[in-house]
Amino acid sequence: MLTEALVLSAILFVIGTFGVLVRRNAIIVFLCIELQVNAVNVSFVALSRYLGIDGQLFVFFVMTVAAAENAVGLAIIISIFRHYQTVDVDNFNLLKW
Amino acid sequence: MTEFHPLLPGLIPLLPLLGFLGNGMLALVAGVRGAAELRAGAGAGKEKLGELAPPPWMRGLPSWIGPGAIGAAFLLTLMNFVGMARSGLEAPAIVRYWDWISTGGIRIEAALQLDQLSMIMMLVITGVGLLIHVFSVGYMREDPGYARYFAYLNLFVFFMLVLVMGASFPLMFVGWEGVGLCSYLLIGFWFEDREKADAGKKAFIVNRIGDFGFLVAIFLLFTSLGAVDYAGVFGAAPELLAYGGSTATAITLFLLIGAAGKSAQIPLYVWLPDAMAGPTPVSALIHAATMVTAGVYLVVRASVLFALAPAGSATVAAIGAATALFAATIALQQYDIKKVLAYSTVSQLGFMFMGVGAGAYVAGVFHLVTHAFFKGLLFLGAGAVIHSMHHALHATHKDWDAQDMRNMGGLRHKMPVTWVTMGIATLAIAGIWPFAGFFSKDEIVWYAGAARTGGYGALFTALWGVALVAAVLTAIYMTRLMVMTFYGSNRTGEREAEHLHEAPLVMTIPLSILAVLSLFGGWLNVPASLQESVFGGFGLLPMSDWLERWLEPVTELAQEIHLSHAGGYATASPLGGGAVLWAGIATGVALVTVGLTFRSVSKRGIRPASESGAPVGVVRGLLYHKWYVDELYDRVFVRPLLGASRIAWRWVDQILIDGSVNAVGSVFKALGWFGSLFQTGQVTTYAFVLTLGALAVLGALLL
Repeated sequence: MLTEALVLSAILFVIGTFGVLVRRNAIIVFLCIELQVNAVNVSFVALSRYLGIDGQLFVFFVMTVAAAENAVGLAIIISIFRHYQTVDVDNFNLLKW
Repeated sequence: MTEFHPLLPGLIPLLPLLGFLGNGMLALVAGVRGAAELRAGAGAGKEKLGELAPPPWMRGLPSWIGPGAIGAAFLLTLMNFVGMARSGLEAPAIVRYWDWISTGGIRIEAALQLDQLSMIMMLVITGVGLLIHVFSVGYMREDPGYARYFAYLNLFVFFMLVLVMGASFPLMFVGWEGVGLCSYLLIGFWFEDREKADAGKKAFIVNRIGDFGFLVAIFLLFTSLGAVDYAGVFGAAPELLAYGGSTATAITLFLLIGAAGKSAQIPLYVWLPDAMAGPTPVSALIHAATMVTAGVYLVVRASVLFALAPAGSATVAAIGAATALFAATIALQQYDIKKVLAYSTVSQLGFMFMGVGAGAYVAGVFHLVTHAFFKGLLFLGAGAVIHSMHHALHATHKDWDAQDMRNMGGLRHKMPVTWVTMGIATLAIAGIWPFAGFFSKDEIVWYAGAARTGGYGALFTALWGVALVAAVLTAIYMTRLMVMTFYGSNRTGEREAEHLHEAPLVMTIPLSILAVLSLFGGWLNVPASLQESVFGGFGLLPMSDWLERWLEPVTELAQEIHLSHAGGYATASPLGGGAVLWAGIATGVALVTVGLTFRSVSKRGIRPASESGAPVGVVRGLLYHKWYVDELYDRVFVRPLLGASRIAWRWVDQILIDGSVNAVGSVFKALGWFGSLFQTGQVTTYAFVLTLGALAVLGALLL
């Protein structure tokens, strides 16, 4: 069972990473990050079966933090949208020097 | 015999310093005003500063502050002098103020030393200085930089007093540098004239060479004796330094470099004739009476060290004799009245060096004092002449040199006081009895010959001969100056001659006082043998060997060392004959020389400068061009140095050093540019790189 769970986790993580790297819409990128986080969560849960309850405990932590992060991240995206009238990440190029 | 308590000695140098501050303020105010008026007047066509008349108080205040500060210092010095004379002081009175340098093994106090030697110097500096300050009131009155002039002059007196009153070599060095600075400022006083500004720079730079020697000597004193204050050095020197040892010789030779720089001796004399670019009273005060004698003071002050180093002393005497002769020859063929006096000063300083080098420290100081009188007088007289000439030439706008003696002549009718006083000074410097220079110069010449009993007998015998020749030359060039300036018919021009006038009282009074001193100043120090002879009126004239006895506490240690190692002085000259006989010969030869020169120069048809060409003949040309020493120094030192500096600048600095520094900078700039390529500002790029990095770490962990 463990193998299947970990493969699922890996597939989800790669899909998420791929989405983060190639998509231009900030919302989609954001969703993909969420996918990555939850891929990790799947691994945690799967491994907790063998390594004790700690893994599941971490999942709750991750979900809590992710919720907070979502709130902040979405707020940032909204304010960026208000400023640029777009959420295309290619336009966000002020983060240099 | 009461104990000597110095009376406010700190106030003596402080008064001129206060004068400097007061006059300096006025000079600043005058400068700001002048600049403002210049700006305002530029539109109105008043470009020249001289046409802007400052308010009356701007003239009046410096006239009082400048001489007043020196006069007060002179009075205070006199009071101290009386106190010292009454007390019969043996050991120097040292007044300590505060710790100046206190670090590691060295502790130097800011302390003043009052002893017989510094007292004599202080009297000369403040006394002659006062007369010259008063004279300056008349001479410089119309100059736009009047307050600035007195500020510098006061500052000079301050530093000169520090030089002679300081109780240690470092403090003397402070004064030494200070007077050098003031000399520079005053030579370049009319700095709008490029040539005069350059003369100031030359004096400053040549003096730096000498100062370097002085500084090394101080370091040597510290390493070998562990002390740099006079009491410590002269207490330790006889025990720690071997007689004729290399350390003592090295110290004295480095001191000599310093003294030669300040006192314009070969090879560092070249700055003094150029220093005549300054106002004439400055030449009288700084470049004749006081600052240039600092080297002689230094040798006398360090007499213990020089007595311990006979080789050093002989070098001093040899350099002095060579300078005395060399400068006297140049003075024979100069036409600028101040240049003649400048070379005469160099020559007379050579005499002083000869005296102190022969171990006759009192004779050196004696000539220093009488020279301050008669050379100060000669320069002030020349100043009066130039002043008058300048006015005459200015009145008719004639474009002639006011200092060229070929343009003068016959001035004795126009300026009788100047003529008589300068005549007295000329007789004094020529060494004619009973004038001051007769006694002082005769004593030096005598001791130069009498010092032949030591290890350098042949040398001193030769120096004695050189001194005699130089003394004769002195009589010749001074008579020539007097004849060309005051006798014959006037060559200035008919219309100009009407404007020639005697100097005002404020100038002639100092001249007269100095003339009296030049006449009787020599009577301060007449050896007993001369007093009893015809030269002392067979003991009837009020002469004494006062200076000899007065300076005894200062020089006795050196004399003891000299006596115990080198033996005493000879009692007869190298050609036989005693002091009285040679005094007679000297004054006789001088009289005959003056007479012959007077006749021959009077007969010579002198034409104004514009009508006479360069001197005819090889020897005359050589002397006229000052033996081409300036040209030689230019080729040997100045140009190679400039060339080397150019190489160091263009190649070493600009290409090698700047190049390598810039290269290092360029490398990092390029690296930075390369690094900046990764900063796109695109979030996705960063995420991509982050992923790559994570993959790389993962790969490294797994493999």
